[in-house]
This record gives sequence, structure tokens and C-alpha cells, in this order.
Amino acid sequence: MSLFRFFTRGPSAPAARNRLQLLLAHERALSGRPDLIAVLQKEILAVIARHIPIDQDKVAVKLDRGAQVSILEIDIEMPDEVLLRG
Amino acid sequence: MSKVMVVTSGKGGVGKTTSTAALGAALAQRGQTVAVVDFDVGLRNLDLVMGAERRVVFDLVNVAQGDAKLAQALIRDKRLDTLSLLPASQTRDKDALTEEGVGRVIEELRARFDWILCDSPAGIEKGATLAMRFADLAVVVANAEVSSVRDSDRIIGLLDAKTRRAEQGERLDKRLLLTRNDQGRAARGDMMKVEDVLEILAIPLLGVICESPDVLTAANMGAPVTLHSPSSAPALAYADAARRLLGEDLPMTMLAPRQSLISRLFGRRAAA
Repeated sequence: MSLFRFFTRGPSAPAARNRLQLLLAHERALSGRPDLIAVLQKEILAVIARHIPIDQDKVAVKLDRGAQVSILEIDIEMPDEVLLRG
Repeated sequence: MSKVMVVTSGKGGVGKTTSTAALGAALAQRGQTVAVVDFDVGLRNLDLVMGAERRVVFDLVNVAQGDAKLAQALIRDKRLDTLSLLPASQTRDKDALTEEGVGRVIEELRARFDWILCDSPAGIEKGATLAMRFADLAVVVANAEVSSVRDSDRIIGLLDAKTRRAEQGERLDKRLLLTRNDQGRAARGDMMKVEDVLEILAIPLLGVICESPDVLTAANMGAPVTLHSPSSAPALAYADAARRLLGEDLPMTMLAPRQSLISRLFGRRAAA
């Protein structure tokens, strides 16, 4: 490893430890209900589908697990004609 | 024409996941669209090596069982937008996968990507046989070490018997990727040489990756080594291997990791 890289990047072990701690905390917390995210997504979509038709191909689900908060992002493309008619 | 490539070894810990990530990224860096698929259901790790572990929502089992769309389960790499990951399930076991389900997912992936890299679990059971089932070509990852070479020979036998191509009497292209190689030890006679392993396994060589601390560092940071330290010896060797997969005829070079001043002064290898 060059000196330059040593100063700019620092050692990688702390990054490995932090990533693992975060990941394992999430995995242990979800051990009783592993499909929580899938269940949440399904139920949220079911509520919306009661009011407007949803094309399953136009649904994007994103998740970012963080140390303090995690963000579940569900993007649903809603056709304009449905909204305008309503 | 898309290609399905299984990365397999029989033995665990030889570098399948590292090699899948590195080759996938190297192919994507050359403009190919690439999906890397983790078949290690219950013990997934490709997400961690790729640095996508915080973003996993759906997985291979969800898609194979029809509970999620492929597009929802694919995680696009943040550094390379031609590279995507289909993670394995962490909570199910290997029986959750069926041949029909996996076949459907592979067909769908073929329609979207130039390359589909299947990261096989260790062993020779269902997960490993499903990972190789639909392959057009196989990369056998081995270390120059007796148990690894024996297990690789067993896997080569399975590739010739259990893949769909083999059953249909078609040729399955098999290439050897020798990882964690230490030329110093081989030169001293403490480790089998590349030629020894090639002679025993008798399949063409795809590349030789030297033992290097850069591989560990890249895994710690959650990046394929070809992206994290592109000028390092293992990254250059993986990049060459990717070019060979694309049909280029390159001379085989045995790159050793750069030695630090201290290890050079004391005459030791950096990775020893």
C-alpha cells in the first residue's frame, strides 16, 4: 500500500467492523419476522389498490438500513387519467 | 446473446464470492450489462462483498416463487450502473428453490443482461447444482492446495453430468481460475505450481490471482477489488480474466502484489 493511499484511505478494518455491526443488528432484530419488509410492502400496496389501480411493474421498492433509522421507499407510478377522473 | 456463467469450486473459502464480484465488475467496466446472482440461500454474502447489504429488500427466492418482480429484487450498483445484484435469501433454506423457479428467473435475466454470473454455494448439494444447472460456461475456482484441487475435480465431473447443456449433449465451456496463488512458495517447492494444477484438472486456464491484502481490504470496504483498487495485482489479473471471457487472447502474466518497503527490507512477502 502506498503512503498516499495510507493517508487518504486509512485502514479498512474499522469500516468492516461498522458495516457488520449495523448489518447484524438488523438481521438479529428481524429474526422473528424475516419477511417484515415484504409484508409491509404488500399491505401498503393493498390499501392503495383499493382506491386506484396499481400496475405491479410500476412499483419500485427501495430500502436503506441505517444505524439510527432505516428508510423504506415505495415509488408507485399512478396514471394521470385515474387521478384526474377522481 | 447473453451468457450464463457459474462460479463454482466445491470447496468453501477458495474465493468464489470475491471472484464473482470482481469478474462481474470487470465485465461491467468493459461496457457489458451484468447481473451477479447469489445462490447461497441461507448464507448470503455477495451483498456484503458488493457493499449492497443495506439495500436488500427482495431476493432470488422471492422472485423464483413469484412473490416479487425481478426488477424489484435487482439492486443496481452505485458505482457502475451496468452492474446489478440479485441477492440470496438469508432466512430460507436451499429447498425453497426449485429448478422451474430458477429456470424462469434465469430466462428473465437473459432478456435483460449480457452476462449472468451465478455465485455457487460450497458443496455439491441442491444449491450448487441449481447454480450450475443453466450455465453456458463454468469458472472453476481453485487454490493450489490438495483438498481444493480434489474438490474441483469432483465439481468438473458434476458440470459434465448435471448441467442442462451436458444433458443435451452440448459442450459446456469450463475454465480454471487459480486464486490465492503464492509464486514465492511455489518457487520454493512449498506449493503446487500453476502447471501442476492445470495438468491434474486438464481444463483451460482463465487466470491466476495472487494472494494479496488488497482482496481483504476491498471486502472490508464492500467493493469488488477491480473497483476498489483497480491498479492492484489481483484487480489487473481479474480484469485480464474478464477480457479473456470476452474472447481476447492475452498472454498469461503472473502478477505478484507490490511489496512494501519494510517487507522488502526484511525479505518477506507482503502476504506471507
